[in-house]
Amino acid sequence: MKRYVAGEKHAVAFTLNGRERQGWCEPRMLLSDFLRQQLGATGTHVGCEHGVCGACTVLINDEPARACLTLAVQAEGARVDTVEGLHDGAGGLNDLQQAFRRHHALQCGFCTSGILMSCEAFLRHTPCPDEKQVREMLSGHLCRCTGYAGIVKAILEVAASRREASHA
Amino acid sequence: MQASDTDFRPPPAGHIGQPLERVEDAALLRGAGRYADDVACREGTLHCAFLRSPHPHARLLEVDAREALALPGVHAVLTGEDVLRWSSPFVVGVKQPMEHWCLAVDRVRYVGEPLALVVADSRYVAEDALELIRVRYETLPHVVSIGDAIAAGAPVLHGKVGSNIVAERSFRYGEPEAAFAAAAHRIGIDISYPRNSCTPVECGVVVAEYAEQDGSYDVLSNFMGPFSLHAVMALALGVPGTRLRHRSPRDSGGSFGVKQSLFPYIVAVCLAARKARAPVKWTEDRLEHLAAATSATARQTRLEAAVAADGRITALDYDQIDECGAYLRAPEPATLYRMHGALTGAYAIANLAVRNRSVLTNKTPTGLVRGFGGPQVYFALERLMQRIAAELGMDLPELYRRNFVRTFPYRAAAGALYDSGDYAAAMSLACAQGGWEELRTRRQKARAEGRLYGIGCAAVVEPSISNMGYVSTALTAAERARAGPKSGAIATATVGVDPLGAVSVIAASTPAGQGHATVLAQIVAETLGLAPDDITVNLELDTQKDAWTVASGNYSSRFAGAVAGAAFLAAGRIRARIAGCAARELGAPQAELVFANGRIFPRGEPQRALSFRRVAGVFHWSPAQLRAGETPALRETAFWSPESLAAPDDGDRINPSAAYGFVFDLCAVEVDRDTGRVRIDRYVSAHDAGRLLNPMLAEGQIRGGFAQGLGAALYEEFAYSTDGAFLAGTLVDYLVPTACETPDPVILHMESPSPLTPLGAKGIGEGNNMSTPAAIANAVADALGVRDVTLPLTPQRVLELLGEAEPPPPAGLRQPHPAAGTNVLAAEGSVTIAASPEAVFAALTDPQSLARIIPGCSGLQGIAPDRYRAEVVLGVGPVKARYTAEIALSALQPPHVLCLEGRGESMLGAAHGKGTVRLEAAGAGTRLSYDYRTEVTGKIAAVGSRMLEGAARGVIAGIFDRLAVLLQAPAPERAPWWRRWTGRTGGGA
Repeated sequence: MKRYVAGEKHAVAFTLNGRERQGWCEPRMLLSDFLRQQLGATGTHVGCEHGVCGACTVLINDEPARACLTLAVQAEGARVDTVEGLHDGAGGLNDLQQAFRRHHALQCGFCTSGILMSCEAFLRHTPCPDEKQVREMLSGHLCRCTGYAGIVKAILEVAASRREASHA
Repeated sequence: MQASDTDFRPPPAGHIGQPLERVEDAALLRGAGRYADDVACREGTLHCAFLRSPHPHARLLEVDAREALALPGVHAVLTGEDVLRWSSPFVVGVKQPMEHWCLAVDRVRYVGEPLALVVADSRYVAEDALELIRVRYETLPHVVSIGDAIAAGAPVLHGKVGSNIVAERSFRYGEPEAAFAAAAHRIGIDISYPRNSCTPVECGVVVAEYAEQDGSYDVLSNFMGPFSLHAVMALALGVPGTRLRHRSPRDSGGSFGVKQSLFPYIVAVCLAARKARAPVKWTEDRLEHLAAATSATARQTRLEAAVAADGRITALDYDQIDECGAYLRAPEPATLYRMHGALTGAYAIANLAVRNRSVLTNKTPTGLVRGFGGPQVYFALERLMQRIAAELGMDLPELYRRNFVRTFPYRAAAGALYDSGDYAAAMSLACAQGGWEELRTRRQKARAEGRLYGIGCAAVVEPSISNMGYVSTALTAAERARAGPKSGAIATATVGVDPLGAVSVIAASTPAGQGHATVLAQIVAETLGLAPDDITVNLELDTQKDAWTVASGNYSSRFAGAVAGAAFLAAGRIRARIAGCAARELGAPQAELVFANGRIFPRGEPQRALSFRRVAGVFHWSPAQLRAGETPALRETAFWSPESLAAPDDGDRINPSAAYGFVFDLCAVEVDRDTGRVRIDRYVSAHDAGRLLNPMLAEGQIRGGFAQGLGAALYEEFAYSTDGAFLAGTLVDYLVPTACETPDPVILHMESPSPLTPLGAKGIGEGNNMSTPAAIANAVADALGVRDVTLPLTPQRVLELLGEAEPPPPAGLRQPHPAAGTNVLAAEGSVTIAASPEAVFAALTDPQSLARIIPGCSGLQGIAPDRYRAEVVLGVGPVKARYTAEIALSALQPPHVLCLEGRGESMLGAAHGKGTVRLEAAGAGTRLSYDYRTEVTGKIAAVGSRMLEGAARGVIAGIFDRLAVLLQAPAPERAPWWRRWTGRTGGGA
């Protein structure tokens, strides 16, 4: 097991949105700070740094994680996915992003990155969610602008359309 | 956009009023937002962290930063001395001898008050250095409640003022005394509105740089101004406004008024940059934000109504006391005055008496929070309406109908000019579409089944586009005359067309997610016959380059009515100039020209169309072709101020806002008798905000305001303990509604266009922050059948209202939390240690073994017989603090009784504990029993009050485990039970 020495900078490398990235940081640096400050991936936002607001949620090896409660060194060798990696395959918005736009599921957009990442994992695990399940998943995120109604609608709509597409 | 004669499509339907998808979203959904913390800083930018007071009130005896400065990576420490040398106290709206500086200079007056700032290579190092700053405090008596603050002999926050009441005025409109004397009923209510906040998910960010060559400051921040507070900052920094350049980034992660409170921090970071001689960046963290950014103003109100036998209200008498925290920070005392001209609400009441007081306490300064001043007034007024209906036995809608203002425009008793509306129709809409009769049937049925079901209403006149002069109502007419009149609400926007015919818009609106760019694109596109996608909107604001003025910014719901109106006017001027040129070329009258699909043609003759791009190009490429006197190039800046906004008159009548929308809410709740949980069964919100520019965005504003109003009603409070500690320091303590707690309201619209704004639009963003707390409280009061309710209506409060004490926990289960409002923890317990009492006693009294058995202890040294000083690192929940502790051993009865007393100070707060240890021989070992009582203040108390018990248990367990190791005994056997008391009096659990 790799040993990390407090106060010393260590190389940290992982796959970010499909690309190999590397940076240097002290063992105490949070993954959220590493993404934003060392790798310039500012799409992941920091809202509370105590794991409640969910704005910093990223996927580590396909599972949602709070980047503010994860040390950068813990992501060594992992696959990290952030909002910057979401697209429709041709550089446009994917179906979930488009549904968020259509349903006015964001205003200031600060919490949105984390919500989108949670949704991606959630819809993989739970392709047929009901509204209660969607709301429970969303309860790991705080949004102060929208009152959540548009977010819930967008997710339910995308879940339905993805199901339809997979049956087609 | 090039037109050909065969390429004709009919003119598009107007873009204004369409639910157009937002132009902002494409970037935000990709993670390509440009929020303040995302904007690249230049090489060499340093980072800073604030040292904050753990005490509610203390004299600063010494701030010693030498050790911090010696830490590698630390560049500078800014303290009160620098602040005194380089800045001035902030100006404030009332004349009182009190000083508020960007850092505390000789006294701290609230927990969380900044008193020093460390500048370092990184935020991590800056925070390390905070722990090395030694501060000596002399604690002073403090006040946390309005009652304590105004009591005779109360500790005074600002000695020269001589009182904690820093502003007081009384007002009288009409003949209130006569109306009360003649009234059949006098019905009153005593009510309080708590401290809370809309807490944007993005915290504050400031990047500042000082230019030595001209003494200017360059700032990038997510402050929501500039508005009048830019002047306050420039005056504090002692520079002309032009030498405080403030730039706002494109995106802001929510403001809700809250980001007004950044301004003292902007000044502090400017001074830090000056001291460090480098650009300095500060990113506020959530713990700082909750504890020390701002709060809605708490208010205590006594409100009485004179009511005729038929239910008509003939007079109101308000006695309002605002609790503004430790400093009256601009724009306070504005919370008391934003609604002042409109204190009679939606009702035609000719007589009004008002007494207003602003009071200081040892708490975070208050300020703008969405709804500003409205929630406080309407919570009192609308709760009173319900009480009047109950006391008169009247149907609520009937009471409303008898009292509503009927004709518009309407001049309210205290001066507000309600521009348009139909309140009775909005109520009828809400009742008909929202199912008023059905809800009454549900209530009847629920009650018949023994369930707790209630219905509440709220009628709210929603002001928007505040008058710059309203705050001056806090001054007497004579004081106002000396200061000079203030009035108006100037908005500005600029529309430009470039040499290739592309249109851009800039506006001084500093949006925070409301979709301003989308609406501006709609308005300008419609005016110029283009598509919204053709319009480029840039709402970054640079005070050194862009058009702005004292009312510019993101507050008082001024966008739809004022800023969008200014953009409409600017676009109209561009259109008129282009039309003039096209009319000459087409030989057609200007008034007959149609702008559509990027073309310009005489009405009915689309085949003669010229392209917009070609005609616009003339202004750039060939000004010689223009009519004599015509300005070359194409850029128009419109400034607009509502004519209806005058300064307060000599009778203190003030029209506080330009436009007044209306909201009528219906709320039905069911309360769970066992848990005290309030479930919203239905929520209906009917709005009349004049002409809707984009109904999708309007509904977004309503839903967001509703969710925040719901939070204020049921969950959110910035609570303080009686000893001044802040108790809501994390998002686990300050509960914000999640998707599970937020129902979807039924939203209804009416449109009574404002005759006073360019597009007939009014603000819509704050109404539910004003109406929802009152409507929910009314419904809960109705469900419980109680007269008084206090916000937030947490399950515990509801159970208290039901007259049911919280049931005792099941046997063997300890209560999970200390009682609210306390941060004192006491406990007792015992362990058995396999060593003799003498050996245990010797270990506990030997400094070397003490150092080894106290978890996190280092550098223990004797300072007197049985007195030691040590550094102890203690963690509570998410925070760790390094305490400089003094430990005293006393009442020694070797080897049986030992008293320990410890007192520690850290940058996160102070701790004080006292305990007794008793040692008795038990078999071959020792039975050690102990009791202790600890008290903590500061950030540790704020963020960790729920976790104190666990932390204390961890420390005690750690001590005994280490003691056992030291004595080479097996791990101690703990008594299987714990008892614990909480509260200052230490009652049994």
